[in-house]
Amino acid sequence: MKRNLLAVAACLLGACAAPALPATTPSIDTGVNPEAWVSIPAGTFFSGQHAEPALISHDYKMMATLVTNAQYARYLNDALAAGRVKLDGNRVVGYYAGDPFSGAKHEEVIAAGDWPHFTINAPGSRITWSAGAASIPIFAANPGFENHPVTLVTWFGARAYCEAQGGRLPTEAEWEKAARGTDTRAYPWGDTIERNAANFYDSRDPFEQASGKAGDTTPVGFYSGKTYSGYTTLDGQSPYGLHDMAGNAWQWMADVYEGQHYRYLRGGSRLDYGYNLRLWTRNNVNPEHAGLAIGFRCAR
Amino acid sequence: MRAVRKRFAFLFRSTMGLVLVAIASIALVTAFFGMISGPMDELGVKAVFVRTFGLQLDPAQREGRIIILYHSIAMAVVAIEVYFITSRWPMKPDEQTRINSTITIGYLTSMVFGMWFAYFGHNYIFHGLFIAGQTLVFFAGILLTVALWPWRAEYRTADPDVSRTRGGLDLERVALFVMAVSTLGSVLFGAIPGSLFGNGFETFLAEDVIRQPEKDPLQLAIIGHLHIMLTLIAIALNLIVGRWFNFRGRLHKWAMPLLIVGTIIITMGVWAVVPFERIAHIIINVGALPVLLAALLLTVFVWRKITAARLAELQLAKPSLAQRARALLHDPLKFGAVWQMVYMNFVVTAIGIFMAIQLDKIIRHWPAREERVALTGHWHVLSGIIATIILLYYADQAGLKGRLRQWFGWIVIIASDLAFGAVAVLETRRLYVDELGQQPLVDTMMLLTDAGLASVLLLLGILMVWRLADLFKRKGRWQEEKAEVLP
Repeated sequence: MKRNLLAVAACLLGACAAPALPATTPSIDTGVNPEAWVSIPAGTFFSGQHAEPALISHDYKMMATLVTNAQYARYLNDALAAGRVKLDGNRVVGYYAGDPFSGAKHEEVIAAGDWPHFTINAPGSRITWSAGAASIPIFAANPGFENHPVTLVTWFGARAYCEAQGGRLPTEAEWEKAARGTDTRAYPWGDTIERNAANFYDSRDPFEQASGKAGDTTPVGFYSGKTYSGYTTLDGQSPYGLHDMAGNAWQWMADVYEGQHYRYLRGGSRLDYGYNLRLWTRNNVNPEHAGLAIGFRCAR
Repeated sequence: MRAVRKRFAFLFRSTMGLVLVAIASIALVTAFFGMISGPMDELGVKAVFVRTFGLQLDPAQREGRIIILYHSIAMAVVAIEVYFITSRWPMKPDEQTRINSTITIGYLTSMVFGMWFAYFGHNYIFHGLFIAGQTLVFFAGILLTVALWPWRAEYRTADPDVSRTRGGLDLERVALFVMAVSTLGSVLFGAIPGSLFGNGFETFLAEDVIRQPEKDPLQLAIIGHLHIMLTLIAIALNLIVGRWFNFRGRLHKWAMPLLIVGTIIITMGVWAVVPFERIAHIIINVGALPVLLAALLLTVFVWRKITAARLAELQLAKPSLAQRARALLHDPLKFGAVWQMVYMNFVVTAIGIFMAIQLDKIIRHWPAREERVALTGHWHVLSGIIATIILLYYADQAGLKGRLRQWFGWIVIIASDLAFGAVAVLETRRLYVDELGQQPLVDTMMLLTDAGLASVLLLLGILMVWRLADLFKRKGRWQEEKAEVLP
């Protein structure tokens, strides 16, 4: 009896222990260029779960993939050197002009000032730093994770990155059209959730085999129909050719809505059940939140 | 043919038969549609099941399917409560027959055609029958409310040991009546906006609009509806359990007025959510307090009673504390039915209050999908607890005895509480573990939840197989139940 109780206690204690998320991983070349942008024409599309007709009256471009660790590390080095962001303790912070505040129920003030972009050495981060000249850190993506989506970046950090690239975060409408095309599909590739088409909870990709059902981020462009060491993916691209519009990491949206301080997220992530990857699913959180399964891409 | 007729008479004309049919219907729906749940998906069962039975799972209609599923099960649960009410409280036999037959046709029609519509292609005649079935359940509710009218001379009581007014008005019957009236109003509170959303097939789950700063009146009504219906089902069950244990005496005299006042305040609070959203929660919390106190008084009464009964059986005049505890735990069905109410305070009420108090400070700093998990878990656990109490009561009434009674009762209590406790930890995991450490905790809690629920469902299955086998016996348990005049 005592032995059984000890076993149960050990099991529960084990449940609370931090998992050993690997700091490095074998590199996987997906053949997809994270610097690529995709053009999306103006026009009508179907928005939301109930497929309401909607219109986007401008042509725009979106990044073909989520922003990678390597891209974000490079940006941090450039932005720190240029003084666009600064260090505040172990955080990289930058100026934001603030949100209009209307005092709605549960609304919080997002005031003008410095807001966190990225936390140095946050648990689970795949960007590490080393001391450079004049105590300015030099950021670098962990080996093997260079082409994985960057996570643990706040909305402010994502927004600043996109502005530095001459772009901005996409709006929810822009994102949905880019993901869905002009029909009423539920997922970027069609109407059925497919395990080999996206990275989600229990999707059984090679990273799940190593780290459990929640797995890990997959390299951007991983789901394009290629086979990796015996694991064959389906082509999970959207009708316009965007990768990872469902799963892998939630994506920050640009919209700031009246009466809300929340920022919206789209796409679902590796931590979510398949139904959360439906293209109309919305998530939201405070803009200063940095999540292990939250990334972003830019539009312009 | 005569043998079949006899069994049909038992199943559809006796209280225990009707309850058995309703529990069996829920068990069948749970077993069948449980095959497309998350754990079954992970095991690969879902894909095979969907292919084999030709289920049509359009991703855009997931919310609509879930709503029909919840309603189908809820109608059967309401029917079970109605059967117990019409048999345990004095009522004219023709009223009892009318109410029972109306609600039986109603929930079965609603369940069969609703689920067919939701999962096997959209035949709109079936959707109409789903609505017609629910309308019959509502109509049975009106009949029940009329039958419960507590001011009739024959329902007045002179018993000095029960809660009553000086004029002899039976306050337990008043509590039932208030619950029934509140239920009818609260049904409309959901049905009217539901018909608007449903007719446009623009369904939504309440959990998905939690952070919308301005909810329209129809959305508020839907949110209010689901909360109050579950509350009223729990209040009705509280009264039924009280009748099971012949609740009376000083505690009864306190409990009934508390229950009446609490039910009225909560219902008013929920209905007020549309015009006065800002103060509705305060009204609801004020109303919840007397209801919880009434449940506490029932708990004290029941535990004292079952302890005293067992000690008397053992002829222990001056029992030690350990002997008292053993006596309390002697009958898991009786102890468990009330224990589950107590346990609810830890895994539902306490978490709900905590979330309400810390909403802006803590909960709203989590991603919305995690707040959603907490809310979904919250009401699933409450529904689960209600189901286990009904199951324990049914097992008692079905005459489970000896070791079987012990095993059944304790497994239901321990396994379900393990599952509900694990869900409670899952809901609040961000409080104890940072994001990086969550997954192992989630995996373990999911395992415990699945194991706990699977054990209870397995027991339910065994119970149903036993009852099915019993129906094939000439002089089975069903014969006794058919003839039984229940208290």
